[in-house]
Amino acid sequence: MNEFQRRKAKNRVIVVVLLVILVVYFFPIYWMFSTATKSKAEAFSFPPKWIWKPQFNNFRDIFFTGTGGALGRVRGIEVESKPSAFARQFTNSIIVSFISTILATFLGALSGYVFSRMTVRGKDDLLFVILSSRMLPPVVVAIPLVIMCRALGLFDTRGGLIIMYTAFNLAFSVWMMISFIDDIPKEYEEVALVDGYSRFQAFFKFVFPEMRVGMAATAIFNLVMTWNEFTFALLLTGENARTAIPGIAQSLGTAGVNWGQIAAGSFLMVIPVVIFTFLLGDNLVRGFTFGAIKE
Amino acid sequence: MSNLSITNLTKKFGRTMAISKLSLEVKSGKITVLLGPTGAGKTTTLRCVAGLEKPNEGEIKIDGILINDLPPKERDVAFVFQNFSLYPRYTVFENITSPLRIRGFSREEIDKKVKETARLLHIEQLLDRKPIFISGGEMQRVAIARSLVRDSRIFLLDEPLTNLDAKIREEMRTELKRLQTESGATFFYATPDQAEALSMADWVAVIKNGHLMQEGTPAEIYHQPRNLFVADLVGSPSMNFIPAILEGTNLNVGPGCFVLPLTKEIAQTALGKLSSAQIYLGVRPEDILISREQKEGFYPGEVEIIEPLGLLQIVRLRLDGYFLRVRSEEKARFTVGEQIFFNFKENKLHIFDRQTEERIW
Repeated sequence: MNEFQRRKAKNRVIVVVLLVILVVYFFPIYWMFSTATKSKAEAFSFPPKWIWKPQFNNFRDIFFTGTGGALGRVRGIEVESKPSAFARQFTNSIIVSFISTILATFLGALSGYVFSRMTVRGKDDLLFVILSSRMLPPVVVAIPLVIMCRALGLFDTRGGLIIMYTAFNLAFSVWMMISFIDDIPKEYEEVALVDGYSRFQAFFKFVFPEMRVGMAATAIFNLVMTWNEFTFALLLTGENARTAIPGIAQSLGTAGVNWGQIAAGSFLMVIPVVIFTFLLGDNLVRGFTFGAIKE
Repeated sequence: MSNLSITNLTKKFGRTMAISKLSLEVKSGKITVLLGPTGAGKTTTLRCVAGLEKPNEGEIKIDGILINDLPPKERDVAFVFQNFSLYPRYTVFENITSPLRIRGFSREEIDKKVKETARLLHIEQLLDRKPIFISGGEMQRVAIARSLVRDSRIFLLDEPLTNLDAKIREEMRTELKRLQTESGATFFYATPDQAEALSMADWVAVIKNGHLMQEGTPAEIYHQPRNLFVADLVGSPSMNFIPAILEGTNLNVGPGCFVLPLTKEIAQTALGKLSSAQIYLGVRPEDILISREQKEGFYPGEVEIIEPLGLLQIVRLRLDGYFLRVRSEEKARFTVGEQIFFNFKENKLHIFDRQTEERIW
């Protein structure tokens, strides 16, 4: 075997390994989708059916009660069709996650800029304090937070959750943004300052656009963390503001388990994050427009 | 066009002293060069003037008005950074016009000024391009254009040519000098390159570790360096230094290499100023005469290396444990290992106190 053939063989092995990894990763998603679109009998048949006639009533049923039951609520009894608990929970998830992601990312970008550029007294200690807010396991802070939320009238409100998630993700956002902003040459804004811009103008006109890449990456992390968060979403909410993740988990066992609807709900939960990541991921790739500085 | 006056400027970063009690005048319509090695405090000085750093002590005045507490945009100075710092998302045209737009100039005025400046810097053909699509030399021209386009009171240039190739650097040196002469602008120019400093400056200030070593015209800096540091920094190849001991009116060079008789005047001055007999003898490479024949008063030395430089060549002579670089014409042919003879041009010797490193002759 010469060098060329050896390399070719090596490449083939790599491709095969990657394919195996891909199958392993995507199998749960395939399984969710197949369970959601199979009939109950098909879903539980063993050996599994690889070919079936897909039906989508599970997707319809999780959003509306009265057409066959939403997540184990009403079974078999025809009632007036109205949005289900899952519909509300899904909406909550979207509102809470996106708003808190935007807030945490934006505030993180602003504070990251200050930490990166200005002389802040006690900077290292402050940064440590910020980071330490993420050091405790959530369960430890859960009870005081529940009490605080009740006292402030924020229990079981979307606003309460948004504030919570923003605060939690802010720590991470600040740290992540600092490292991104450190990489942006400070000459950009210094040139602008000398040219006659104020600090604020210089920041928004010249630094902010360069921060896009960092903000996209931070936003993706923030969204994934908020979207999938379980503990606080469960503890800080009741009927009203509950998000879909604890919602789905909760539907287990109340009135039997409707696996088809759970699979449909879980599958739907994957989609917004994937879309968001794809949209911003494009930013990550195209982002770096540096090159106007000679190193 | 304005005068800049810096008095007792001191800047510390934590415990590091970047500039220490620096006083300097930058005269209107002239090029004042701040010359010093990396870390000498050149950039910090310029940044203090621009308002990008806040000095710990000292006064910075433009035309007699204290500007210490003014934000950068109110100082009306222009800054050219070492790395050019163009706005990456803007075209060259937008880059150049940005200082005008923020100042609310009208469209016609902007167009007129940009055209003028672009012509002056030969970058008219680049106006529509983005910075990533132009070369380093062109980026530098654009950066200079951006600072020239508005008539700032003082132009601060921080090693503007350091990042360019040797050839473009020399071209730009001449160009900058021409621009300054034509516009009559006040340049405050930092560079680590002594050749750049000598060729461009009307006035040179040499700094080391934040301290002013010497200031003067390029000729003064070159011919009458105040101390060992300045003598070593300026000139290429740099001055030869050999330790020596003053013995009466003679210099025992090496000691033990050769004995050099001094004139009475030099010996007396030296004796009067020296703290001990230990000195360094300093001679510039062009102030040494070499010959193949033994002449009256010439000393022997062995040719170690020859570096041809076109019209000239640098001959390195080996003495006992020391060496002397000599500038000679290329016509003079020497071979490595050959023994030749050298002497010093009259009145071109420098004597430095070995303790204080000050020049005493």
